[in-house]
Amino acid sequence: MTAAASGDCAATPEIHHERGERQTFCGLAGIVWLHRKMQDSFFLVVGSRTCAHLMQSAAGVMIFAEPRFGTAVLQDRDLAGLADANDELDRVVRELLARRPDIGSLFLVATCPSEVIKLDLDTAAARLQQAHGERVRILAYSGSGLDTCFTQGEDTCLQALVPLLPELPTLQRSLLIVGSLADVVEDQFTRLFDRLGIGPVHFLPPRRVADLPPVGPGTFLLAAQPFVGETIDALRARGAHLIESPFPLGVEGTRAWLMAAAGAWGVAPELVEEAIAAPAARAEKALARYREQLGGKRISFLPDSQLEIPLGRFLARECGMQIGELGVPYLDRRIMEPELALLPADTQLTEGQDLERQLDRLRADRPDITVCGLGLANPLEAEGLTTKWSIELVFTPIQGFDQAADLAELFARPLNRRQRLAF
Amino acid sequence: MELTVWTYEGPPHIGAMRIAASMEAVHLVLHAPLGDSYADLLFTMIARSAGRPPVSYTGFQARDLGGDTAQLVKTRLAETVERFKPQALLVGEACTAELLQDQPGALAEGMGFDIPVISLELPAFTRKEAWGASETFHQLVRSLLNGRPVPQGAGDPSARAKAEGRRPRANLLGPTALGFRCRDDVIEVTKLLDTLGVDVHLVAPAGATPADLARIPEADFNICLYPEIAHSTCVWLERMFKQPRVRTVPIGVGATRDFVFEVARLAGLDPAPALAQARTRLPWFSRSVDSTYLTGKRVFIFGDATHVMAAARMAREELGFDVVGLGTYSREFARELRALAEDIGVEALITDDYLAVEARVAELHPELVLGTQMERHIAKRLGIPCAVISSPVHVQDFPARYAPQMGFEGANVIFDTWVHPLMMGLEEHLITMFREDVEFNDGEVAAPARAVQSAEVGEPDAAAPGAAAAAKAPGPNDSAPGDPAPSDPAPSDPTPSDPTALRWEPDAEKELRKIPFFVRGKARRNTENFARERGLTEISIDTLYEAKAHFGR
Repeated sequence: MTAAASGDCAATPEIHHERGERQTFCGLAGIVWLHRKMQDSFFLVVGSRTCAHLMQSAAGVMIFAEPRFGTAVLQDRDLAGLADANDELDRVVRELLARRPDIGSLFLVATCPSEVIKLDLDTAAARLQQAHGERVRILAYSGSGLDTCFTQGEDTCLQALVPLLPELPTLQRSLLIVGSLADVVEDQFTRLFDRLGIGPVHFLPPRRVADLPPVGPGTFLLAAQPFVGETIDALRARGAHLIESPFPLGVEGTRAWLMAAAGAWGVAPELVEEAIAAPAARAEKALARYREQLGGKRISFLPDSQLEIPLGRFLARECGMQIGELGVPYLDRRIMEPELALLPADTQLTEGQDLERQLDRLRADRPDITVCGLGLANPLEAEGLTTKWSIELVFTPIQGFDQAADLAELFARPLNRRQRLAF
Repeated sequence: MELTVWTYEGPPHIGAMRIAASMEAVHLVLHAPLGDSYADLLFTMIARSAGRPPVSYTGFQARDLGGDTAQLVKTRLAETVERFKPQALLVGEACTAELLQDQPGALAEGMGFDIPVISLELPAFTRKEAWGASETFHQLVRSLLNGRPVPQGAGDPSARAKAEGRRPRANLLGPTALGFRCRDDVIEVTKLLDTLGVDVHLVAPAGATPADLARIPEADFNICLYPEIAHSTCVWLERMFKQPRVRTVPIGVGATRDFVFEVARLAGLDPAPALAQARTRLPWFSRSVDSTYLTGKRVFIFGDATHVMAAARMAREELGFDVVGLGTYSREFARELRALAEDIGVEALITDDYLAVEARVAELHPELVLGTQMERHIAKRLGIPCAVISSPVHVQDFPARYAPQMGFEGANVIFDTWVHPLMMGLEEHLITMFREDVEFNDGEVAAPARAVQSAEVGEPDAAAPGAAAAAKAPGPNDSAPGDPAPSDPAPSDPTPSDPTALRWEPDAEKELRKIPFFVRGKARRNTENFARERGLTEISIDTLYEAKAHFGR
């Protein structure tokens, strides 16, 4: 199964490919944060009871009377004929929109069963858009496990938005940050870009779908998340230019990310250093205490969120951790090259998963801490392995200088806990 | 198509997983797309099980659909049997795989394994979780007992036990992983049977191996603890192996007594000693004057059929409540529930649409809701006290302490669980009498009352473990409108202990509001202390982050 990655830069790690059983969410899980990020949106999953159950189990946000997502559960009669399924979908959407006048944008989300029965949601979205006119925008994308895993659902969702982005007037330029960030992180970055004279800065996804950012040949793209490769491609097809950079995790990553943007804007590096001096210094200082706790500790990643490579890079280079096996669901070279170049060259990188064999290797390696999904965390803890849930790394503000120490703390806490407990 | 926001039950293959995860030496291979493995977290996070559920998934993706998904099934089957060496193999498919029609059961049967292979039919688009669990258990028992002889003397527990010179013995059937308080119910019922002179032959599916299931007919009779799971199996065992079944579910003092009588009659034993040993405080607590205020409290009950029916009886006969409405999502037991509702004089609500339940609760405005985690949320929104009596389960339904629902101790537990969310009688009178007192104005009283209620039924609000992460870690819109900030004093209020008024710049104040409310107070205090130590009078955004960097989390 080992394939030496031919044509790789000699300094980047060798990559092992695996195929087999996977333990990860499907792309529907992205709705858990996307529906909160875009406050005028509603996500209608067109799928089975399993899809509804997954959303409920993964999200578990039952505090909301009516969250901004729901499932149109396919029944036997929907499987009988596609005409009926389309009629039924029209009815459900009609009822939903009548019930929820607050919906500004409705995403129809395709699933494994809707794809297998070939229910075409793109066509359905176009048809429904005609029927419901101006009041609501209706879009479709796939969160199906056949096409997407976990965070990839954000990529497919954002990709669906790209054709709708208004055209950036010619001769104008703008910076578009791609990938969900916590609002507080967006605000921090906006202030930094302001100080550097870089702007206008837009974000995709926006906080409201009604405020879609413009795109055009004057658009420069900066990826904030490592799972937006398809969206970047779609934006490039509209003329935008990708600024290659590591991701803004840790002091180093954030500095490189800002430097890359500054470079594209023609801002002098000295000016950047000056603007980031204070936040970078306090981040260094705050990180120092975690370096003591994390330094020399060994960490392994099971493939889950696509954040594994930038996280490994941060933990190795800024926290002094040793990387055991680093698993990624898929390796997207379009946006991962700058990260790969920074990863310790001896990193044992695995793309894909064969769960049981990977767990065998993990048990043999016994790292000090393992990043994994919720289904595996407690069983591994029971085997004496300390774990960190990968899902928390997706939900928590971890990007930028002022979150660098928070990010390190997420890994220090499980170790700290293990140390405190007397049993 | 049916629009669903939250569901009471998962799909039927989740039921099959619950049976597999309850047992030892059984493995389930599920033909399912990537992503369906999310279900593992139900067991590992909600029930905090130390082991992974014994389930392997084919995990097919789009690229597999063009090729041979049947081959993928065979590979997974072979690898699973080789690695886990189960005594019996369950084979099923999730919704999408059902559409592919690969027939994984038939494939498995053709692979020549030397263990029993049970092929499950789990129609994902018509059935649900409890049905899937019941069907899986039934198929497993049927296939393992197929062709076995009916033991001598079967059908007459008392005579058979005497003839063999031993105590009568019973099987406890129905407890499963993710069942509501099954863990402690089994212990409680086992103790109760022991005082009666009955041995528990085996418990299944929880803790049983396939070899154990093969010994089911050795017991003199069966006790169907959870009809949603074990009713069809018990009926089949009665027909095939002449094993009588005990019908009463021992939840509540009255039902537990009935249960003792029913078992005693079946086993030819004297119920008096067991009843004499009963330690339940519920009858006296209910009669004590303090409980007067419980009289005629209007309650609404919703959940699985078994727990709802038991709760209705307890509410009326043992606590003196008025049942103003009841219902269930267990359509399989709709008839029984309708009959009970008619008896009480209310209309039964048979639905799995939680919005319909919410509408009914709002319409009836009961004083107490007894329901599932869904009803807890409904009740919370409507400001009604609530206690949880039934699945779907939450991590808090697996308490560290011993907390059965069944038997005499179960009745004690239930008394506490139901009464605590309610305001105590004396307090209620004081508030009515001294309504003018500022301490009793609505805002002041409502808050503590609700605090008591939520403390009892369990925080955090998350119904599933993923939520723990979501709740703990602010989501991308942690500053979304409607974000409650109860612990955050108004910005203009200087803390009493703080004579030197620090000024927050508006931007910094705005930044502070982005910090989740549950840690915001701490962030404010830390930042102010930090500023004060440095002799600052104004707090800027930078001060906020300098302080954050200084203190760490």
